[in-house]
Amino acid sequence: MKFLRNRPEYVLVPSVFIAFVLIWENLVNIMEVEEIILPTPSRIGEALYFQLSNPLFWSNFRVTSQETLLGFTAAVIFAIIAGTFISQIKVVDKAFMPYLVGFQAIPKIALAPIFIVWFGFGMTSKVVMAATVAFFPILINIIEGLKSADNDQIRMLRVFGATRFQIFLKVQVPCALPFFFAGLDVGILLAILGAVVGEFLGSQDGLGAMVLLAQYNFEVPTMFAILIVLSLMGIISHIIVKALQRKFAFWADSSNFIGN
Amino acid sequence: MSKDNNSAIQDASQEASWINVAALHKIYNTRGGGKTHALADINFTVKKGEFISIVGPSGCGKTTLLNVLAGLISKTEGSASVSGHEVTKPLPEIGMVFQAPTLLPWRTILENVMVPVEVQKLDKKMYLEKAKELLKLAGLDGFEDKFPNELSGGMQQRAGICRALVHSPSVLLMDEPFGALDAMTREYMNLELLRIWKESNQTIALVTHSITEAVFLSDRVIVMSPRPGRIAEIITIDLPRPRTLDMMNSDAAGFFVKKIRQYFNAANVIE
Repeated sequence: MKFLRNRPEYVLVPSVFIAFVLIWENLVNIMEVEEIILPTPSRIGEALYFQLSNPLFWSNFRVTSQETLLGFTAAVIFAIIAGTFISQIKVVDKAFMPYLVGFQAIPKIALAPIFIVWFGFGMTSKVVMAATVAFFPILINIIEGLKSADNDQIRMLRVFGATRFQIFLKVQVPCALPFFFAGLDVGILLAILGAVVGEFLGSQDGLGAMVLLAQYNFEVPTMFAILIVLSLMGIISHIIVKALQRKFAFWADSSNFIGN
Repeated sequence: MSKDNNSAIQDASQEASWINVAALHKIYNTRGGGKTHALADINFTVKKGEFISIVGPSGCGKTTLLNVLAGLISKTEGSASVSGHEVTKPLPEIGMVFQAPTLLPWRTILENVMVPVEVQKLDKKMYLEKAKELLKLAGLDGFEDKFPNELSGGMQQRAGICRALVHSPSVLLMDEPFGALDAMTREYMNLELLRIWKESNQTIALVTHSITEAVFLSDRVIVMSPRPGRIAEIITIDLPRPRTLDMMNSDAAGFFVKKIRQYFNAANVIE
């Protein structure tokens, strides 16, 4: 009981879920809502179970995962390179930052049709899409992070004779880590979004294509089932990023309280 | 400065002046296009192993002076040298303690103390022992592998002092190092500092707001006055050593405190 008093969320969160599902199930039954409008949770569960035991689903799952991870990785690499140059070299900052801000204002989802024209209906266009939408939040966080280094810390290193590169490595990079992980957290979710949107617009494979196929066949429970899978992908990515953050940027929560 | 001059200072510094400041000026260009005379014609020398304090009301340039010695700020005119080397950039023979401990939160205490060793690419193995010794001397043994946020403010500042000393600098510059501490901790830290100074035989220049702290610690106190920042008087504190807290209640100590305070009063500053 003491455990429950300390961590009430362990009871509250599942309770809310169960209550929500029960109300949904019963409301749909009582009001006799048609399945192509809103299926019951139990029908969605059946559809999900069917998909999870279907090899075709897993090959589609693999395609979307690959697109997401490749796009995300590309976004991270480019963001690190661009972020380093922009934060370290004033001329680059002044010359390119306005364009980046302007480019960020483009609703990047609208680029998907262009990418399909350029890169075709295969995986490449989805990878590019995922990378494009994930790039900016990661880049902005890296720039902010590298610029966030405390002036006193930089001054301290200078007194002891540090070169600019040593200051970058020993103060600016560690200072940027908490920001970097915050960027990754947003970026990975956007990468999933980018991959799926790319698949919506033109693809034979991937979870996005499966959702569209289910729509054509009026298999609404399947659409919901895949939505659940996509949500789980997002949640698991988030948990992984958070775990990495706790390991590699462990001081971030408490650094504000240090006496300076 | 010519080579001959340089070596002359070097020779003289061997027994006499370790820090040598002559006709030093620092003029800042302000945003409005004006000029601020932060330091005007500063002249003083510090002997090897001597403990001096620099006091003065706010805006008298004492921190600017320390930053010039640290090689963080360029001088406009004149010379400032440490052990015969003209200061144009941070010198390896200088260690510095800052107002805030400025420890890096992602490094353990020991790793923080090792920062100067890493930055100057000194032999890590050799200095690791030195770092542990210093931490012991500062009463921080057992805290080597803790992170800064697990230590109190006073302990963090002591780690900051260890960091300043780890690469065996001949000069220790201190910029109001105990300003953020409460009165009790401050007195304790003053005693600790004297103990560490006695064992390490460093030359120390301390900037402080506290007149009593300056009198208690120093061989000489440099009193500065503002606008433009210049030396008002250099007062030799001939209280016996080792110093005790009781000594601060003596008439002799009171005399020095009063004498220094006059300059603060003249500048219409109540401290």
